[in-house]
Amino acid sequence: MKHLIFFLLPLFFFHPTLFAQTLEEKGLEIAKETNRRDDGFSDFMATLTMTLKNKHGEASVRVIRNKTLEVPGDGDKVLIIFDNPKVVKGTAFLSFTHKTKKDDQWLFLPALKRVKRISSSNQSGSFMGSEFAYEDISSQEVEKYSYLWLKDETYNGKQCFVVELDPADPKSGYTRQIVWYDQEEYIPLKVDYYDRKNVLLKTLTFEDYQQYLGKHWRPNLMEMINHQTGKSSILEWKDYQFKTGLHDKDFTKNSLKRAR
Amino acid sequence: MRLFFTSILTFILISAIIINNSALANEWSGYLATEGRYFFNAPLHPDQGEQSRSFSGQPEFYQEWPTKSITIAPFFRIDSADSERSHFDLRELFFLWFPGNFELGIGIRKIFWGVTESQHLVDIINQTDLIELPDGEEKLGQPMINFSLLKDWGALDFFLLPYFRERTFPGPKGRLRGPLVVNTDQAQFESSAENTHLDLAIRYSQTFGNWDIGLSHFQGTGREPTLQQGTDSSGNSVLIPFYEQIGQTGLDIQRIIDVWLLKLELIHRFGQGPSFQAWTGGFEYTFTGIFGSMADLGVIGEWLYDTRDEKATTPFEDDTMLGLRLALNDMESTEFLLGLIQDLDHASKMINIEGSRRFGDRWKLALEGSIFTELHPSELIYSQRDDDFLQLTLAYYF
Repeated sequence: MKHLIFFLLPLFFFHPTLFAQTLEEKGLEIAKETNRRDDGFSDFMATLTMTLKNKHGEASVRVIRNKTLEVPGDGDKVLIIFDNPKVVKGTAFLSFTHKTKKDDQWLFLPALKRVKRISSSNQSGSFMGSEFAYEDISSQEVEKYSYLWLKDETYNGKQCFVVELDPADPKSGYTRQIVWYDQEEYIPLKVDYYDRKNVLLKTLTFEDYQQYLGKHWRPNLMEMINHQTGKSSILEWKDYQFKTGLHDKDFTKNSLKRAR
Repeated sequence: MRLFFTSILTFILISAIIINNSALANEWSGYLATEGRYFFNAPLHPDQGEQSRSFSGQPEFYQEWPTKSITIAPFFRIDSADSERSHFDLRELFFLWFPGNFELGIGIRKIFWGVTESQHLVDIINQTDLIELPDGEEKLGQPMINFSLLKDWGALDFFLLPYFRERTFPGPKGRLRGPLVVNTDQAQFESSAENTHLDLAIRYSQTFGNWDIGLSHFQGTGREPTLQQGTDSSGNSVLIPFYEQIGQTGLDIQRIIDVWLLKLELIHRFGQGPSFQAWTGGFEYTFTGIFGSMADLGVIGEWLYDTRDEKATTPFEDDTMLGLRLALNDMESTEFLLGLIQDLDHASKMINIEGSRRFGDRWKLALEGSIFTELHPSELIYSQRDDDFLQLTLAYYF
């Protein structure tokens, strides 16, 4: 009997289904670790400058403020206030993101003082005329995709996991996203988006990451390039503040009405 | 009551000017606009013209402390044709306290209730500034004390409305009116307290998953007057607005199913003739990225019904509205809205168009217009059959 154990032990160690991860499991592990490392930020505020450029290089600038509240066990709550263009100043957007069910979204129209509940099913729609779709800027929850680890690769001098993300939502504008995660810090550095016809549509790059509270990495710059139209959008994040004491009561339809 | 309000408003103004130190934010914003309005047909009534120009503006001052704020937003318009349309209004002038699970607002405010697009039946707190635009979307500031209780089970709003604002109407030289001018100086009230009757309102609203529900009741001076024929001091025939004491219960529901928004607004009103009901119900569906572009196209369908039938004081006693809303999502935020309201008993049609485009950060060009076609003589707006118009507004935001 002793001998049999010696024969079986190597099998336990090397049988792929028992001890090695599948490619799907490895992809999922990477996504979970990415989320786990950012857990506990509580809340943050930041100012964003979004520059839209068309293929002729003409630019238009929008300024918005973002308040985000971490909701344990669910997606984040996000309040966005529009400061510029002056023409749309006072418009505000409230989103309760969820892990699996559809996000709840409200828009405040200042001229009529009207809070309008809007459908979050149009996820692939443009955010403020930019190359960012709503689904690109929405809270990235593990449950929103299925994962497939593709390979390890060096990107911009950093060792990366390259993982394919397949959106669970059939209404997504993408068939798949390819994400380059930094292996050391578990943060995304680059995303390639493939449209419904599986053709490369957009590339998002994250630059100039900074660490806050010794834990949470945030990019200072995100650039989205649309390969099919030649247009691009740049998001510059400024004045990040973490743990500012934001509360559920700051993310309600009433707080949306008085958001400034 | 008026003295009480004057004191409160004075207090707000003084605090806004003096207490600047502890403020978190304090800013001026707003717009100035110039407008040209053109009517396609010769006027039906004497004194009216074919075009008008006007200049309007709404500066806004806002100051915020951690749980308090003050808002001041006066509005003015100077119109070349209609002296009634040249007017001033304090759209907002209020103090708001929001410590957490309740809010207290004191002063002149604008409050919106409802979900539908073609008309806003449930929305009753503010009077319509009808002289601004015939669609009734512009509202006058309403003096109030508003207490909102914000709980997990929903929001409960109480309103004390101590001063009534009369509806604005076009003057003798204004278009978009009937053969008789509404003489607002002779307005009559059912209540002996006239425009100082204390009106009351309560509203409960809550989101239940994909449902947004609001239930409200208003008791007081009806915002929509009954127009009675009379004579003015010089003996001319005029219409005199009569404001009844009414009760109005309203229900508004919106449900989201996927990309569909399903909407219903229902009111029951008593005190203005026999009791009646009116409702607006319909849907809104948005196509995203049409024809492979960035543009979104929204399709709106609504049915408008009023049980008073032809005796209704609104033109929408049994009509359908079909709307198309196109947002190009381009750098200039170009948008168009086309609305067709079709009467279901006659051929009468009303077409509304709206369009806007931004130029840079601070300029906006907007186009608005209405076309009335095949209006049946029984329609309330029959006398506006030749008042098809287009207006172009250029606004500067600061």
